[in-house]
Amino acid sequence: MIQATSQRFKQNAHTGLADRELQRSLGVLESNFIARRKFVADRLPEFDALRDTARDIKNHTLAHLDLYLEEYESRVVAQGGHVHYAATAADARALVLDICRRLNAATVTKGKSMIAEEVGLNDFLSEHGITPIETDLGEYIIQLRHEMPSHIIAPAVHLTKAQVEADFRRVHTGLPPDRDLTEPEKLLTEARAILREKFLSADVGITGANFLIAETGTSIIVTNEGNGDLTQTLPRAHIVLTSIEKLVPTLDDVAQLLRVLARSATGQEMSVYTTLSTGPRRDGDPDGPGEYHVILLDNGRSAMLAGEFRDMLRCIRCGACMNHCPVYQAVGGHAYGWVYPGPMGAVLTPSLIGIDKAGHLPNASTFCGRCEEVCPVRIPLPKLMRFWRDREFERHLSPSVVRGGLRFWAFFARRPRLYGFVTHLAARALALLGGARGRFAWLPLASGWTRERDFPAPEGATFQVLWRSRR
Amino acid sequence: MSARELMLGSIRQALGVTGREEPRRKVVADRLAAHPTGVVPARGQLGLKARVGLLAEMIAASAGSVAQIPDVAGVPGAVAEFLRRHNLPLSVRHGHDARLAALPWHLEGALEVTVGASDGQQLASVSHAFGAVAETGTLVLTSGRDNPTTLNFLPDNHIVIVDVNDVVGDFEAIFAQLRRQFGDRQLPRVVNLITGPSRSADIEQTLILGAHGPRRLHVILVEEVRE
Repeated sequence: MIQATSQRFKQNAHTGLADRELQRSLGVLESNFIARRKFVADRLPEFDALRDTARDIKNHTLAHLDLYLEEYESRVVAQGGHVHYAATAADARALVLDICRRLNAATVTKGKSMIAEEVGLNDFLSEHGITPIETDLGEYIIQLRHEMPSHIIAPAVHLTKAQVEADFRRVHTGLPPDRDLTEPEKLLTEARAILREKFLSADVGITGANFLIAETGTSIIVTNEGNGDLTQTLPRAHIVLTSIEKLVPTLDDVAQLLRVLARSATGQEMSVYTTLSTGPRRDGDPDGPGEYHVILLDNGRSAMLAGEFRDMLRCIRCGACMNHCPVYQAVGGHAYGWVYPGPMGAVLTPSLIGIDKAGHLPNASTFCGRCEEVCPVRIPLPKLMRFWRDREFERHLSPSVVRGGLRFWAFFARRPRLYGFVTHLAARALALLGGARGRFAWLPLASGWTRERDFPAPEGATFQVLWRSRR
Repeated sequence: MSARELMLGSIRQALGVTGREEPRRKVVADRLAAHPTGVVPARGQLGLKARVGLLAEMIAASAGSVAQIPDVAGVPGAVAEFLRRHNLPLSVRHGHDARLAALPWHLEGALEVTVGASDGQQLASVSHAFGAVAETGTLVLTSGRDNPTTLNFLPDNHIVIVDVNDVVGDFEAIFAQLRRQFGDRQLPRVVNLITGPSRSADIEQTLILGAHGPRRLHVILVEEVRE
């Protein structure tokens, strides 16, 4: 599995804030993702009602997950497909390798899959002599750079075109060195030509799945480029690498979810390609894969069903929470240190790799609540982050300064009269010390604030005093 | 214990169930049999003419192009017109669909028409849609000998014939049609829902058409209304 650096969130965040190219790239989130989502959501009067049904469908499925899985499996098998169960990331990797080895596969093309990122599939296949080729443009770019995705639907959102150009010149040797690669269109055309050859020669194609349908034994991918379709159509075998919570009961249910997915993700009414796949090539089919395998990953998800984190399993991976997150917008996705960034990552990552390794993430939030406001399946992300903070505190994982500070504050907070007296004194003292300037350029214990800006001095009584006097 | 039993066991343990509870099993069986409909946007609930108008509008909004012709005999001419407009060679490939085979291709003598799947060498393909969804301007194509999947993705230019009688308002209606055609709990190997030509915005959020699939999607709407 990819080594998580979530424990170094603070250092990662500082690095992100100081990275000028990253800051330039993050600047487009507001005008693109956020503005476009709002435009298409406002155009559909039923949008909020659809979010309710989307939430209810996911809740219903999770509460009956064992039975829907059995139904789903029986339909896949009836169409000649295979279903494999992977309790852990290592199991999933081994299952992929087994299929590739049996087919003597040398190269594997890959559609975009967060599960493949989660289990660290690319490095594993390479170590075993099989060449994985990412075919989504963003994934292809970060594979060339040996990086993790910095966004779950726009993996290379942190990069500028000049950085991509430098990578293409480094890797695509054999092309004229004086070719023009200054515009994104030129970069795309070059990647398209190179990847077209890979599509046609690959032995196995691996995709993820946005949804699995119990009614028909169908897996669904949602893409804009068409790379996922070429990945799964041309090779001898198609492997769907996915996880148990992607299940929905029926085609009608998936219609509800599709209506909120693309709108929340990219601000499109529909993504360009929504592809429903059911089993391998059939009698008389002139194309399509000869084998169809589904690998269902658990990796900690079944345990999440038991408690307060079940809500998180509704997530349909649209990325709206990170697009709207002021912390993500400031530090970028790599600061989160693992494959899932932003608010959804702050809740999911501790569930999957442990709160001891990811305790900073649920703390990297201002609790402004925008993530919950835009979530298409209404996951209470701030509440879930608070649950993690509670657990971190209970397990004595938070640093002693934080614990000491909280204990100090709690002592006063439990004694309202003392609290009122002490804050009143402090406000008076600060008002006097602030003097005519009315602000501080430096304060003890507050250098983190005053290094960047002045701290305003109190102008009068405390909030509690004002409240009492105005009631 | 197999991985399957292990995972189903841990799901059941987390949910506090055995999997044998009759009421739970009935809830699941009923939902799969009845597939209840959720919220359907009012946008697509229109008469045929307005529905086709909305479809054309939504296809254009997703960067596809549309030609509307009064009868099916005009398809070869409309195909040739599209190819000429974009300075493309007069050559297309389509699958074994009987509706495509029956077209009067001889009316366009200069147009070369081949039949079969794509191996990546063709610049333009023609498919016949199973249907189309006005709500979002989405074309619905089903795989098989009649309309090979490779024709939807490998050629640079994809031309799709849509019979206006197959245009529905919403996704629920198209799924009902699929159940009628292929049977309950059955689907063809692939159902492609296609909304506009291929695109990517992965480099600096700049939208570019023609990422891995077709750069152009051209829809020919045949307005021969059946009684």
